[in-house]
Amino acid sequence: MAREAVLRVDAGRAVVVRRSPSLISKLRRDWVLLMLMLPGVAHLIVFVYLPNLGNIIAFQNYLPFLGFSSQFVGFDNFTQLFASAAFWQAVRNTLVISAMQLVLYFPAPIILALMLNSLVSPAARRIIQSIVYLPHFISWVIIVALFQQIFGGAGVVDHLFRAANLPAPDVTSSPPWFKWLVTFQVIWKETGWGTIIYLAALLAIDAELYEAAAVDGAGPWRRLWNITLPGIVGVTILLLILRLGNILSAGFEQILLQRNAVGPDAGEILDTYVYFQGIAAGQYAMAAAAGLIKAVVGLGLILGANRLARTFGQPGLIG
Amino acid sequence: MSQLARPPWMERPSRAPLTAKVVIFTMILVGVIYPFVSIIATSLASQKDVDEGGGMVLVPLHPSLEAYLSIFQGSVITRALLVSVSITAVGTLLSLAVTTGLAYGLSRPVVGRRPLLMLALLSLLFQPGIIPSYLVVKQLGLLNTYASLIVPVALNAFNLVVMRQFFMDIPQELIDSAKIDGAGELHILFRIVLPLSGAVLAVVALLYAVFYWNAFFQALLYLQDSAMWPLQLVLRQYVIQGSPLPGVTAYSAPGGSPPPTQSIQMAVVVVATLPILLVYPFLQKYFTKGVLTGAIKG
Repeated sequence: MAREAVLRVDAGRAVVVRRSPSLISKLRRDWVLLMLMLPGVAHLIVFVYLPNLGNIIAFQNYLPFLGFSSQFVGFDNFTQLFASAAFWQAVRNTLVISAMQLVLYFPAPIILALMLNSLVSPAARRIIQSIVYLPHFISWVIIVALFQQIFGGAGVVDHLFRAANLPAPDVTSSPPWFKWLVTFQVIWKETGWGTIIYLAALLAIDAELYEAAAVDGAGPWRRLWNITLPGIVGVTILLLILRLGNILSAGFEQILLQRNAVGPDAGEILDTYVYFQGIAAGQYAMAAAAGLIKAVVGLGLILGANRLARTFGQPGLIG
Repeated sequence: MSQLARPPWMERPSRAPLTAKVVIFTMILVGVIYPFVSIIATSLASQKDVDEGGGMVLVPLHPSLEAYLSIFQGSVITRALLVSVSITAVGTLLSLAVTTGLAYGLSRPVVGRRPLLMLALLSLLFQPGIIPSYLVVKQLGLLNTYASLIVPVALNAFNLVVMRQFFMDIPQELIDSAKIDGAGELHILFRIVLPLSGAVLAVVALLYAVFYWNAFFQALLYLQDSAMWPLQLVLRQYVIQGSPLPGVTAYSAPGGSPPPTQSIQMAVVVVATLPILLVYPFLQKYFTKGVLTGAIKG
């Protein structure tokens, strides 16, 4: 009895499917999948897109008890921001640190990946890889604590300098050293992990190319220049686009932890400016304006860099 | 081994570049490993070791566990450790469930897949700012709750993309034949897709777990009550800013001298690092398998 009923329903459904299903029947067909997706979609809407809409307070005289229905003031917050020396100092610091990372950090994983790739023994390569990936998983809090212990006022470097009767540089709390310090920290933490994507690209290069080149008399450097490097150009450009899009981010958590040791003149970046202005000083609207500028400039840069890459015949990021 | 791996056409390297390579790799490895050895050694060191070693010790000549006894005497570290472990466990499970659900749906020909996929991918470009995120969490009444450390960051779009790409690479025939046999979507997910996805589940779980374990900013932003702080935030307060730990008095054995401040600080650092050092060896093998990079090409 029950079996017959099921058969009849199945048969009825088969007819409907052939008639190109309506939206309702598609929803009914996929409801299990849709329920599985619901928490993720809800999360994206509430914690990604809703906050993006919340940027509206950058154009308001935001008062916490009025919330999002505060009075509109147009671009007043931006005018105030542009008149603030602290804001421009933060922009300058961000750009300098980003530029230093671009010059000093960005090539580091490429060089390390090429060196790893030149290792013939797979065992040695695997061991080195798993060791150099490790710092990526250590928190910034711990890394900053480590650097303080090694380079700080009572640390190892200080001790060595003193043992040699030399004036010790207090690297972790002196403003002129700050930008070098944070750049070096990024190199220590992320160079190993950064090789992953380059190693994957290197692995994808056809080994027969190397053999053919060697047979034709190309030496190791020639092969590097004509086979290896062209093989990683695409991925390098892709990562460069992403880095350019993030040029106004210079490592928020890392710098938030160390900004107070050197003061805002040397240590404030845009993100920490937003945090201290907004959360600590309660200037929500002005801080949101600064955050919005950062987001819009970043989006513009990433789209611009992407277009540029495609003009030069590279696949780019989107499309 | 290395003779076997070298293809016949490749020149034997001459001595000078080979030596240079060995020297450079040795320096890199020492540079990575030294701090880890040093924090463990310092955490075990006595005042005399610390004075001689200049802050960081490599070999503690008079090792003792007093620093560890000191930090677990007070309730601050114990409590923070418990908070961090719970947040990491609950957060990782929740994130894994949410990410798997969305990634699986987006890998199937589901109704509305294209707009939902755009919604997910564009979230990579529209990262929300600090202030509006804070206001949303505040409006939802999540301020000063443990949920604020998990719910707002439960889904990471990068992990989503990695997982979806992995699901897309599972042969469609497997799913089709299960469908013909009358399997429902849940059955396909739990009996066919997930058992084949161990590698990506392990990697994504590790990335989430490390994120939750290492996070301090959400706690700084959303928790006003310092009694609720996770370990990383306590570490920041105590080690980086040098504030004294309430309730912690240096423990010393009868007749012995108390452990130096640096040992106690490094003991906290070791406690905060150890879980990562312990799980890492079991999971690092997945990273060399290209699980992460597969998605980037897609």
